Amino acid sequence: MGNTKYTYAVARIRALETSLLTDAVIEQLLACPTAEQALQLLIEKGWGDAAAANDTDAVLNREEEKTWQVIRDVAPDMRVFDVLSYPKLYHNLKAAIKEVCTEVKNPHIFYDDCAIPGEEMMKIVESKDFARLPGNMPGVAQEAFETLLHTRDGQLCDIMIDKAALEAVRDAGQRSGEPIIADYADTTVAIADIKIAVRSQKTGKSSDFMRSAMAECQGVSVEQLIRAALAGSDEIAQYLEGTSYAAGAEALKESPSAFERWCDNQMIETLKSQKYETFSVGPLLGYLIARENEIKTVRIILTGKQNGFPDDAIRERIREMYV
Amino acid sequence: MSELGIVYALLGAAVAVLLSGTGSAIGVGIAGQAASGVVTEDPSKFAKVLIIQLLPGTQGLYGLLIGFITLSKIGVLGGGLADLSVQTGLLILAACLPIGVVGLLSAIAQGKTAAAAIGIVAKKPDQFGKAMLFPAMVETYAILALLISFLAVSGIQV
Repeated sequence: MGNTKYTYAVARIRALETSLLTDAVIEQLLACPTAEQALQLLIEKGWGDAAAANDTDAVLNREEEKTWQVIRDVAPDMRVFDVLSYPKLYHNLKAAIKEVCTEVKNPHIFYDDCAIPGEEMMKIVESKDFARLPGNMPGVAQEAFETLLHTRDGQLCDIMIDKAALEAVRDAGQRSGEPIIADYADTTVAIADIKIAVRSQKTGKSSDFMRSAMAECQGVSVEQLIRAALAGSDEIAQYLEGTSYAAGAEALKESPSAFERWCDNQMIETLKSQKYETFSVGPLLGYLIARENEIKTVRIILTGKQNGFPDDAIRERIREMYV
Repeated sequence: MSELGIVYALLGAAVAVLLSGTGSAIGVGIAGQAASGVVTEDPSKFAKVLIIQLLPGTQGLYGLLIGFITLSKIGVLGGGLADLSVQTGLLILAACLPIGVVGLLSAIAQGKTAAAAIGIVAKKPDQFGKAMLFPAMVETYAILALLISFLAVSGIQV
């Protein structure tokens, strides 16, 4: 009889896909002379709500909340979406460790829409009760906490936690048992590794540094990437040409923002085929990523316009749309 | 031995109704889940998705038809049980198998196609006609099975 547990969810997502922004709407937004007019256009499209009114950040945050609300509503099993919530969870850990170690309080640095919200994370870190954390977090939290206390090296603490996050994403992908989620997780890790290689090459980091920051994955080989990064940016591009991320090499030559854009487009490309699935979790993942991508693009347009960026600079950063 | 003949014949009627009915229930169920998903977001599409949801329901009706003909043929309906040999009973059972088995499997397949077609209506309501054709294609094979079961049951001399 096959698996039909996603039938309801997919049909609902299908109906919602019609309200995703199309390339035409993005063009319209770009054509708006001011950020206010662009925001008005979005509000007419149903973005935000009464409480968010005309505040850009509130509208965008509200949209993000709405997306997760829908997914929580329809998904029979939220565990498959761990892949997407882990980065937020690990961000909270990182932020809490830094706050506790530096004893500085910063407002709004936590994500509250994940398994352990900011306040709870602060309590855990303050009491050093790391065993309460899930998965591979207790070990890395302890290590990062002590490293930061002893060395005061924030970057070292960051890369330790970021690597653990990447590994957790990859493992959650494999554990989910859904090929598309595993695929997505692996692509996420591979792209993160490539970004680390590119940035490390630019800042002249050592191979040990890169090794402690990159997570193993199927898409790219960490060792080869490190070797290429040590040799120069052309070598990174050359190595990428032999992998499934060949187009990334082109973007890399163009500019850093073109490369970032390519990374996001690559993800959407991977997911586009999910528009034709009817009985799998794929369309849910596709919708979620499409929404995040769309919100990111709108944020780029609005902040670009607020700060008087030229249209070309904004256009270079516009992501491909899912629909 | 003649009592066993009527048992086989009745078993045939039961198989026709049971299997095709189960298939239709599953098929309409799958399509119904998809239909609910669409109506949650867009209630104005109710009529369109309802029609598509009902397409896998026909197999159950075909099974009912064959069951009905069989019952009246062997005299369970209308009084006076026919005196059937074991051979004739088995013949009637065999005649009922096509709509039973094909009804079960085609209704499930049609249910899945209908769920996918409901996806078309959700995104492109103006393509309703095309969306309806895909699940309707599956119907062909249920009708072929109905035809053979019908000809066979009617052809058997009681």
